[in-house]
Amino acid sequence: MFKKSMLHHAILACSGVSVLGMAAIVQAEELNVVSWGGAYSMSQQKAYHDPWMEKTGDEIINIDRSGNALAGLRSQFEAGNVTWDLVDMLPADAMIACAEGLLEPIDHDAMLADAPDGTPPSEDFVEGSLSECFIPQIVYSNIVAFNTEMFPEDDQPDSIEDVFDLENYPGKRALIRKPINNLEWALVADGVAPEDVYDVLETEEGVQRAFDKLDTIKDEVIWWEEGSQPPQLLADQEVAFGSAYNGRIFNAMVSEDQPFEIIWDAQVFELDGWVVPAGKLDKVEDFLYWATDTQRLADQAKYISYGPARESSNALVSTHAETGIEMETHMPTYPANFETAIPKNDPFWADNNDELTRRFNAWLAQ
Amino acid sequence: MSESTSSGVLTTADGVPLKVSLRRAVRRSRFKALLLVAPLLLFLGIAFVMPIFDMLSRSVANPEVPTHLSRTVAALEDWDSQSGELPDESTYAALATDLAEGHENRAIGRLSSRLNYEQSGMRSAIMRSGMASRTMEPPYKEGLLEAHEAWGQLETWRLIKRESSPYTMSYYLAAVDMKLSPEGAIVDVADNQKIYQALFWRTFWMSGVITLLTLVLGFPIAYLLANLPLRKSNLLMILVLLPFWTSLLVRTTTWIAILQSQGVLNDMMVALGVIADDARWQMIHNKLGTIIAMTHILLPFMILPLYSVMKTIPSSYMHAARSLGGKPFLSFRRVYFPLTIPGIAAGGILVFILSIGYYITPALVGGQSGRFITNYIAYHMQTSLNWGLAAAIASILLFVVIIFYLVFNRLIGVDKVKLG
Repeated sequence: MFKKSMLHHAILACSGVSVLGMAAIVQAEELNVVSWGGAYSMSQQKAYHDPWMEKTGDEIINIDRSGNALAGLRSQFEAGNVTWDLVDMLPADAMIACAEGLLEPIDHDAMLADAPDGTPPSEDFVEGSLSECFIPQIVYSNIVAFNTEMFPEDDQPDSIEDVFDLENYPGKRALIRKPINNLEWALVADGVAPEDVYDVLETEEGVQRAFDKLDTIKDEVIWWEEGSQPPQLLADQEVAFGSAYNGRIFNAMVSEDQPFEIIWDAQVFELDGWVVPAGKLDKVEDFLYWATDTQRLADQAKYISYGPARESSNALVSTHAETGIEMETHMPTYPANFETAIPKNDPFWADNNDELTRRFNAWLAQ
Repeated sequence: MSESTSSGVLTTADGVPLKVSLRRAVRRSRFKALLLVAPLLLFLGIAFVMPIFDMLSRSVANPEVPTHLSRTVAALEDWDSQSGELPDESTYAALATDLAEGHENRAIGRLSSRLNYEQSGMRSAIMRSGMASRTMEPPYKEGLLEAHEAWGQLETWRLIKRESSPYTMSYYLAAVDMKLSPEGAIVDVADNQKIYQALFWRTFWMSGVITLLTLVLGFPIAYLLANLPLRKSNLLMILVLLPFWTSLLVRTTTWIAILQSQGVLNDMMVALGVIADDARWQMIHNKLGTIIAMTHILLPFMILPLYSVMKTIPSSYMHAARSLGGKPFLSFRRVYFPLTIPGIAAGGILVFILSIGYYITPALVGGQSGRFITNYIAYHMQTSLNWGLAAAIASILLFVVIIFYLVFNRLIGVDKVKLG
């Protein structure tokens, strides 16, 4: 009853009235949920965690470790002490963890809620998004954003080529410290059509071409590692451009009133979702059933501009919860944003990430 | 207590020979001493020796292929990897059985990761074939080739045969930018993939520079500490110790606030007109940032050993040198400085070894060019998940530190070191 939020709970415990709080914890479950932190965890908190805690009295604890989720899972299993109950993960990592036996296989139709019209989950989720151990939540996108104040009003950048154009659009660029996305964008900026990017990357000349293109801006790049960094760097005007997850930029734009603009050209989109560490299914199946139903996925889109992974949720997406603006045009899947979108090629990266990362690191260190 | 018996053996009052009694007493006190240090020994064993042993064994361990492809490895025994021919059908059948079993008990994830380190494309080769082999019928060669073309290539089979031993040198080779060629010879990796040799070298020379800087900055301070009147030197000591007690992260991030391009120092310089607004100094997220921040952070480790040595040098030595006609510099160089060498040595080895292993500060202020090899150990532990490689790099670092220590011991002698 008095369990409104984790914060509330922490205050109770700290202020010495913990007896009541403790009693409640003992009878309710405590779920350790691993996610990405920042604006994204906040959207999950509001759409899933708060209502669930209200409803059941369970305690949901956020752990911001998804950036290294696979390593975390491996070491917990290695140590024989798995403390995570539910993990938010990228599908490529989920595939590896699944093949290593770290995750529970999911029978989507049996374990998840049908759409309101009775469509089973296997048909309701975005086509091809369900894999053995993975339950998709959102469609998100890797984009490049810029600070509109750093360019003249009549000459704002609007394509990936502009990001690689130091002459007309000078300033630092913040890019992720991984080959993923950067190689794709380098090729697009060099004239490769978005749909041919991975065919070109399959060849040695294509990889070299991408690195050559990145070479042209290397001196102006600040490499980031945490999703919260690029919005901060953009806000401080330390960089003019920053590659980022689109929801974080959206959040900075609407909730913090930052003068950012997203370049949707050549956005690299993919899914993100839940996985259950092996042996934890009993503990989380009720929450999972509830948190992945049509309404809940639509609810999350009220707080952050990530598209729901269920077709049936799309119709329920409306306006931003705090500012009331229409969410539709901010979604990666909005037709005008989607024209030159690149679906991230998981099989390509599963095979080539080791080698390309080695090469990328060597290139960085030169 | 003792008396001489007729046989000439000394005994105690109760008739036990003195030697035996003495030995007993010594043994008892030794046992007590051992009991007293037992908690520490136990702690060292669990928290220090075991992890190091684990790390060393991980750097050569290679269980994936021999365990999860045991039948294939057995079938490959008779195959000559230099014959230029693919293995026979029975080997393919063994592989199909291994993969089907691995898929069933979820072991092929590790196997595919392991082989993909050595050769890109092996991850999908193993995963796809594992899926396909559940329902595969003879002839297996055709079935596997259909699942993935890698099984028709000699390199794939050579790789499996090469990695079929439970121990491997691959991680150590990778840690020094080398690899085994398909023919089994040790060769350099392609130039565009070389990274670790340069990083080891950079870690060492930057640690050397940092050690030198702490010495240059710390020596006068230690001298003042040792020679100022007590009231003043106490205040100075607090100034030295305060940063020492402040969290490492706080000190590192403070340097970011001071040195960044929109930071305090640059703002001041622009306000004073020393530099133009669009030509701000880049003092952080590069080598300079790492050197400045780490010099500051490690300074107390140089000052304190120096101070403890200088404290013991009587001021009368310098007076004597001066009264015997030595100029100030000469008396300093010939008398005072040689006496401080144990302190310099202790501070130097302490700062140098600490800075070789530093990791948070270079990660935060080092940007791209100021990173240490330790940041790549963390990277392979947390991100790339190549723990074998992380262990190999860390082991090499450990060996190097041990070598430095031995050289130091040979030249200066550890017994001369005073730490405070």
